[in-house]
Amino acid sequence: MEYFNIVFQEVYKILFLLVPVLVSVAMIVWLDRRVWAFVQKRQGPNVVGPFGLFQSLADALKYIFKEIIIPSTSNKVIFILAPIVTMTLALISWAVIPFSATQVLADINVGILYLFAVSSLGVYGIIMGGWASNSKYPFLGAIRSAAQMVSYEVSIGVIIINVLLCVGSLNLNDIVESQQNLWFIIPLFPMFVIFFISALAETNRPPFDLPEAEAELVAGYQTEYSGMMYAMFWLGEYANILLMCAMGSILFLGGWMSPIEIYPFTLVPGAIWLILKILLLFILFALVKAIVPRYRYDQLMRLGWKVFLPLSLTWVVLTASYLFYFNLLPIN
Amino acid sequence: MIAHSIFFYTFSIIAVISAIMVTVSKNTVHSVFFLILDFISISCLFIMIGAEFLGMIMLIVYVGAVAVLFLFVVMMLNVAQQKNQWFASQESSGHIPVGLIISTIIFFELIIVIGGWKYKPDLFDINNTTNNFSVSNTHSLGQILYTDYIHVFQLSGMILLIAMIGAIVLTFRKREGVKKQSYLKQISRERSEGVELLEVETNKGVKIDD
Repeated sequence: MEYFNIVFQEVYKILFLLVPVLVSVAMIVWLDRRVWAFVQKRQGPNVVGPFGLFQSLADALKYIFKEIIIPSTSNKVIFILAPIVTMTLALISWAVIPFSATQVLADINVGILYLFAVSSLGVYGIIMGGWASNSKYPFLGAIRSAAQMVSYEVSIGVIIINVLLCVGSLNLNDIVESQQNLWFIIPLFPMFVIFFISALAETNRPPFDLPEAEAELVAGYQTEYSGMMYAMFWLGEYANILLMCAMGSILFLGGWMSPIEIYPFTLVPGAIWLILKILLLFILFALVKAIVPRYRYDQLMRLGWKVFLPLSLTWVVLTASYLFYFNLLPIN
Repeated sequence: MIAHSIFFYTFSIIAVISAIMVTVSKNTVHSVFFLILDFISISCLFIMIGAEFLGMIMLIVYVGAVAVLFLFVVMMLNVAQQKNQWFASQESSGHIPVGLIISTIIFFELIIVIGGWKYKPDLFDINNTTNNFSVSNTHSLGQILYTDYIHVFQLSGMILLIAMIGAIVLTFRKREGVKKQSYLKQISRERSEGVELLEVETNKGVKIDD
């Protein structure tokens, strides 16, 4: 009975986290299309519901009722597993995101490593989908995306080391709390820029959406998918984008901290601040999609390995030397 | 405690079964996927004994990077064709004694390890180290790694770096006559160099020097 209660409580907490995440993913797709349209002087989706807010729901209904086509030459088990893996990996990482000092599902010691590990696993959904389709375009898309995600993970890892040097802990709440006086975006601004661009590449967003470059590869790794399975890839992708925004706001923008510690601002709960920061970063993501043309593949690789990696490594040395020289290292 | 052992047995059974499936499954890509499942369940076991840093690093390094490259290589090779040719040939049976010898050696090594642990339980004396349970696993690892074992740590880093540079040097070939794109040149192109406006006379055309 006791175990049953514990399990019930945990399931309740998980549902209370995941349902808002899924709903906000649907809303964020609408926001993305809307921002994209406004930059190009269009209206975007504005018909279904007020301001077109229910467009994503209509799309979801359409996907649910469409037939799921499984190619006869595909490797069926892996073909079906791929969208499930993508979706699951995109959702389980939300477990460690702190919405305030106490509102966190799993307050683990190695929270940032967990986030990094799960986001590095995200490549498997894409590789599995691309390979199991047994078709040229998906396979090329999967290979591109594997190379791209592995390359940009390296620089994201080094950027995380930069932040960890200033914090002295791998716990996400500690990272947020150590930004009480100064958000890390100010001393580590170049790292924030590199993190933002690497996050674009890590989530296959334009201008780095080469795995699904429609002019070259039809739809990349998801060419053979239809109906709900395609929608799951889509949901996973957008949940990953939101997660990257959350990671950026925790690492650099002070997470659930309010911008100013003055009376009316401190009343607002931390979750609201975190959501506002995530939305700010997401609107930047959407703007980049609208205004930047797609990179060429060799330029993408060069940017990852020859520009970002040396820059972020140099910055690690600089940060460490600065902290060591001025005796600011967070040793406890 | 019951929940703990349920999780332990679940993960270890998954680990053992997937390790068997790595060798048994006919499709090489499936073996790599089972290998990944094995890595993941072993990192879960690491986390269960409180070595959360090791478990996460295992996930990041092995599953996130090494296994991706494995998968990459295996997918690019036409393994199914090669395997059929190799199994049909006579020379494959010649490797059986060598494989048997190696597997026997590994089997006895495992027995020695387990037996040593059984007959000398204080081999890994936990109280011997400055283990302080008030600090987290990651903190104590860092405290030991960067103080007592700093030279060994740096040395292993150097070995890895040398191995990396060696692999690059071995595979790097300088090829002649390859067209390369200079990014600086591409970015710094002016309009006057690239575009020219010409008045074209009818029936005469223009001659453009290439």
